[in-house]
Amino acid sequence: MVPVLAFAAVGAVMILAVVLIVAALVYYLVSVILALRAITVGLDEVIGGVSEIVEKSAPVNGIVTTINQQLDAGVDALEGLLVKKAGMADAVGLVEGLYAGAAASGFRNFPESTAVTAPRIAEVYTKGTLTLARLGREAPIAAANPAGPVLRNTEAGSLAARRLYPEIRQTHPQSLPRSPVIGTDAPVQYEQRDDIGAPRKRMPSR
Amino acid sequence: MTLWWLGDVALLVVVLPVVVYLLRGVLEVARSIVPSVQAIAAVAARGSKDLDAAALLVTTQDQATQTIAGVANYGGSLDVILDDAG
Repeated sequence: MVPVLAFAAVGAVMILAVVLIVAALVYYLVSVILALRAITVGLDEVIGGVSEIVEKSAPVNGIVTTINQQLDAGVDALEGLLVKKAGMADAVGLVEGLYAGAAASGFRNFPESTAVTAPRIAEVYTKGTLTLARLGREAPIAAANPAGPVLRNTEAGSLAARRLYPEIRQTHPQSLPRSPVIGTDAPVQYEQRDDIGAPRKRMPSR
Repeated sequence: MTLWWLGDVALLVVVLPVVVYLLRGVLEVARSIVPSVQAIAAVAARGSKDLDAAALLVTTQDQATQTIAGVANYGGSLDVILDDAG
């Protein structure tokens, strides 16, 4: 009787162990299945969003390329027209006047434009702008802020306005063309007129 | 009989903890993926919404074409009106 009970106890314990193992397997595997389902739902949303992104961005490349080609053609035409009408030097000067430093880059279709020394093109400023500059207020070339202080001496300063014109004397360069020398010791002697110093011709009598 | 008891003890002390440990690790990893996937889904949805304006590029293309055509017409007129340099 005792061995039978012992075997029964052993069997019961083994059954209990197997039941516990199976219960653990069921619990954790079901939990994993639920987590994987949540992952699947999330990945479906991701795929939907990515698909929309792909669909919406599909024509972007072609459209941007077309726009760039058209803008390139416009820039080429305008550069060509500007150089044709204004000449290379003035064209470079005008571009430099509008966009400071742009002359160094030159024109795309005119590689020789990078070697051109940009002249100062004062005509890009209107008379109204120059008047405001002389007044010292509310002009983009004279004041940083209309409500701020004056950037230049409105009573005596005129260099800012004079700098808008071609560079000749306003910045006091070191070498300027010398004034012509006149007199008897002048390096260039002109032929003396005979009538200078001679008696005045008398008007014919009537 | 002793071997049977040893088998029972091995099941309860060794096999069951190992099974629980392994399954718990798998479950934790699976659960940690869920927030990441949800975050990716939210980002993808926002990215898709940000591209709603991409359709307007067609209008931009048309306007750019018309603008360039207008500029070309002005350029042609200026070419006729203005004298060439030099």
